[in-house]
Amino acid sequence: MLNQKIKVRDLKLWYGKFEALHGVDLDIYENEITAFIGPSGCGKSTLIKTLNRMNDLVENCRIEGSVELDGKNIYSKKVELNELRKRVGMVFQQPNPFPKSIYDNIAFGPRTHGIKKKNELDEIVEKSLRQAAIWDEVKDHLDRNALSISGGQQQRICIARALAVEPDVLLMDEPTSALDPISTAKIEELVMELKEDYTIVMVTHNMQQASRISDRTAFFLNGDIIEQDMTRQLFTNPKEEQTDNYISGRFG
Amino acid sequence: MRRVYEEELNKLHSQFFQMGNRVNEAIYKSIKAFVNHDKELAKSVIEEDIKINDMEHQLEQGCIELIALQQPVTADLRKIITVMKASADLERMGDHAVSISKSTIRVKGNKRNKAIEDQISLAGEKIKKMGQDIVDAYIDYDSHKAEQIALRDEEIDTLAMAIKTASIDEMRRDPELVLGATDYILVSTYIERMGDYITNISEWILYFETGEIQELNTHHDYKQLGV
Repeated sequence: MLNQKIKVRDLKLWYGKFEALHGVDLDIYENEITAFIGPSGCGKSTLIKTLNRMNDLVENCRIEGSVELDGKNIYSKKVELNELRKRVGMVFQQPNPFPKSIYDNIAFGPRTHGIKKKNELDEIVEKSLRQAAIWDEVKDHLDRNALSISGGQQQRICIARALAVEPDVLLMDEPTSALDPISTAKIEELVMELKEDYTIVMVTHNMQQASRISDRTAFFLNGDIIEQDMTRQLFTNPKEEQTDNYISGRFG
Repeated sequence: MRRVYEEELNKLHSQFFQMGNRVNEAIYKSIKAFVNHDKELAKSVIEEDIKINDMEHQLEQGCIELIALQQPVTADLRKIITVMKASADLERMGDHAVSISKSTIRVKGNKRNKAIEDQISLAGEKIKKMGQDIVDAYIDYDSHKAEQIALRDEEIDTLAMAIKTASIDEMRRDPELVLGATDYILVSTYIERMGDYITNISEWILYFETGEIQELNTHHDYKQLGV
């Protein structure tokens, strides 16, 4: 019943000589929200970036091990990067819309992938904005510059932009840490709706956020995954003492 | 987020309702079995209690997860505390129904007294009605109704005392009744305790509304015992 979407095996990653991940195993399941938690510099963001090969852009970054998406290694030479990133979209900590109109932000991906017809693009823009729960707020001024709206709205524009190319997986690297509580609540609500159709992986520094919305949680520490389990299990009765200490704030 | 939280809370609410109905059914059956000397019905109450206990565990587990995962505060937190504490009281009521059923299985064949059994039957009727009413009051968070129900505990106490007195009188008159009447006294005590648990649930309903933990029907006045 549970379909395994991503399978990470013995993944090691170096930035130059620094080993940031020490052989990590991780399983991510379809239509679930998987949260990565752990202190700063423990490898959460590093790992999430390997899931759509964003690390390719980092100089001196080298990896060993495998990341499989639907059973196929994404680091194999046969993999087309554009195709991979179409299937595995990403949303970042700081809302980063392009300095273009709202419409063009959403249409950017589909255009890159060859969709030219106006009515088709219109449809995709509306659908994506609706999915990102921001259509009603922006539908009357799609020509406005995306940078002119609030941070919370910008982040939902970025989510809509990621959804416009119909990915399977949505990676979110601290998507609410730059937002106020109301915008955060909106994004959380949205993410929980999106898991019906997507597989979501989220890095968060906010443990309450992980506990509130995720199905599974992986706890990272110093480049290792100490524990991964169902969130309800991990937050009520973790197996590892280090996990317990971290989530109950007794760390250090 | 609110939506998810409220869904979970509603789930607990309906689980409590179902558990309450089962407990009330167990009480009804246990007393019916006792006065009808129906050993089979008594056995079924004991078997059903396993389900009641399971339901309580599920409820508790649900509460623990909600607290750990959602960090509720104010009324949200009080709701969870209320359902957790009230379900423990329900579970104890179920245990007393089991105790009554064990008495039924034990006393079969002993000499009985119809008049006292009629009183037990009456007390059972009353406690069952109180049990149903308290579950309804809980579902509606009706603290006024809860207080009214708690007041009816007085009637239960009076009836239980009457059963005890009558049992002792009958034992004096007819020693052959000692075995049977001992169970009458036990059963009257179980019913009386059920009334106390219902009072506890009333207190938790009040707690939910007011945020204050208060005692209803305190029985700390020892002067009435004639010492």
